[in-house]
Amino acid sequence: MLQVVCIKQVADTETRVKTGADGKTLDPNGVTWIMNPYDEFALEQALRVKEAAGAGEVVALSMGGAGVQTTLRNALAIGADRAIHLRLDGPQPDSLQVARALAAEIAPLNASIVWLGKQAVDDDQAQVGPMLAELIGAPCVTVVAKFELAGEKAMVEREIEGGREVVEVTLPAVFTADKGLNEPRYASLKGIMAAKKKPLEEKPAVPGDPNLEILSMQLPPPRAAGRIVGSGVEAVPELVRILREEAKVI
Amino acid sequence: MSILVFVEQRDGKLRSVTHEALSEAARLAPALGSPVVGICAAAADPGLASLGAYGANEVRLAANAAFARHDAAGYTAAVVAAAQELKPAAILFPASAIGRDLAPRVAARLGVGLAADCTALAAVGGKLHATRPVYAGKATQTIGFLKSPAMASLRPKVFAAMSPTGATATVVSQNFSYDAAASRARVTGLTAGEGGKLDLTEAEVIVSGGRGLKGPEHFNLIEDLAAALGGTVGASRAVVDAGWRPHGDQVGQTGKTVSPKLYVAIGISGAIQHLAGMSSSRCIVAINKDGEAPIFKVADFGIVGDAFEVVPALTAAVKKLNAHG
Ligand SMILES: Cc1cc2nc3c(=O)[nH]c(=O)nc-3n(C[C@H](O)[C@H](O)[C@H](O)COP(=O)(O)OP(=O)(O)OC[C@H]3O[C@@H](n4cnc5c(N)ncnc54)[C@H](O)[C@@H]3O)c2cc1C
Repeated sequence: MLQVVCIKQVADTETRVKTGADGKTLDPNGVTWIMNPYDEFALEQALRVKEAAGAGEVVALSMGGAGVQTTLRNALAIGADRAIHLRLDGPQPDSLQVARALAAEIAPLNASIVWLGKQAVDDDQAQVGPMLAELIGAPCVTVVAKFELAGEKAMVEREIEGGREVVEVTLPAVFTADKGLNEPRYASLKGIMAAKKKPLEEKPAVPGDPNLEILSMQLPPPRAAGRIVGSGVEAVPELVRILREEAKVI
Repeated sequence: MSILVFVEQRDGKLRSVTHEALSEAARLAPALGSPVVGICAAAADPGLASLGAYGANEVRLAANAAFARHDAAGYTAAVVAAAQELKPAAILFPASAIGRDLAPRVAARLGVGLAADCTALAAVGGKLHATRPVYAGKATQTIGFLKSPAMASLRPKVFAAMSPTGATATVVSQNFSYDAAASRARVTGLTAGEGGKLDLTEAEVIVSGGRGLKGPEHFNLIEDLAAALGGTVGASRAVVDAGWRPHGDQVGQTGKTVSPKLYVAIGISGAIQHLAGMSSSRCIVAINKDGEAPIFKVADFGIVGDAFEVVPALTAAVKKLNAHG
């Protein structure tokens, strides 16, 4: 069984965000790049499916500039069998462009499962998975928190407001992984050595025309300086008064 | 040119996020396009005429017995059919679990861009501009649309629903084709959330506890205060990862994004990933024994103190207020 895991390289969540010279995008100076944390859950689940089946192939797929290969090597070190880098330099494409470029690569592979994270932690759009599924004509379950496979059927649970939906899906299908799906493993030293010999293929990405344009990026106005009402139990009456009379929230 | 709004129902009941999205569409309509048309996928009419009170001029019902449950492929077919027929200037969705799942599918079918989880919308020169948080809320981006229709999903509880008017909407049936039997993904059930607990994304008041509570056995302090305030319990990731609370309670970048009227953070340090999930709350209160904790940088009001002393006193004071008005 072939599984594809789509992986995005993102700025570490601890990054201090500064607007770049264009006034629209992140200033990349001093940014540490990591594998999108949700994609770690996706990759882990693909490896578990392969291990349970005792056979199969896990392909890590990423789009972006040359630096993306560091993250793909990490995916190989964690356990992916091979990697494909869709090379795209320049500004970040929008979600539909990403989905189109990934779909063009994935469609001919005849994968049983395509995995993604539920969203990328840089733009938080949560769109590429379901868009990609539409483009390749596959069913899709987003925000997957539990996954069980029996033959060609997957029983999955997805987080919704106040509970979880249980969904039955016939493969081939697309899934986007939530935190809680599993405990991702780290790359071992042996894995890191092995990764150096695993194939990593570079091809040009074909994202098509843009659909959105970023007009500006703003740093949010700092919240008005907070007020420490006091310390300890003595401050409670004043806090209650403020919440009732000034903030009018209780 | 109209504005189309996805009307969300669950178990045959309209959800309040629908009122918020319709109200925003009505506010944008003079500059962007009218009428405001709702599209609802449901097994039967959940009372769509009532949506006139929130600015809908017309609501289309795409009925299918399979829509008693969430049916992503079917809902997509319904919304795409409405969009192809109406050629709206914009399509709005609530950024709910269903909306965030559905909107990208519709966008891909229509071949247009989508701005997800927006916190502000504006019509500029007759075009939609959408503002949304990026980088865990450390920045916002304003997005323009290069294709029509413009599509956006709206973060729950950020856009105020209008005070309902006396108007009613015309309800018409939507033509669309969908074969539920041929669908390869089917919702077969729901795991019940905790007995009737209001979801965090819908709560007006959230009281969240962090590692400062020291152990799961002390979450009764959080629960008691939440009950007194008529709110719901949330948690930091540290607490969820330690197994003290279920993942559904987690607020933050890898948990839920919430925008309640009042957010009380107790024994939570205020790591950037936690702030990502709650900094759009209207009023933030922090209780932490460390006066230097980053949570105080975003809190409107704070008490520096030991949660084990301050929280019971606060709960008692709120209860007293409730009793005496
Ligand atoms: C990729 C990624 C995603 C993440 N996603 C999330 C997320 O979605 N949500 C999230 O919350 N975190 C998230 N985190 C984790 C985050 O970085 C923090 O580790 C976490 O929020 C800390 O939780 P905490 O504040 O409860 O615990 P701590 O950081 O341990 O803070 C405990 C606080 O309690 C205070 N305290 C201790 N005792 C008392 C007392 N008796 N009375 C009052 N105060 C007391 C302390 O002063 C301290 O400020 C994420 C991290 C990463 C790397």
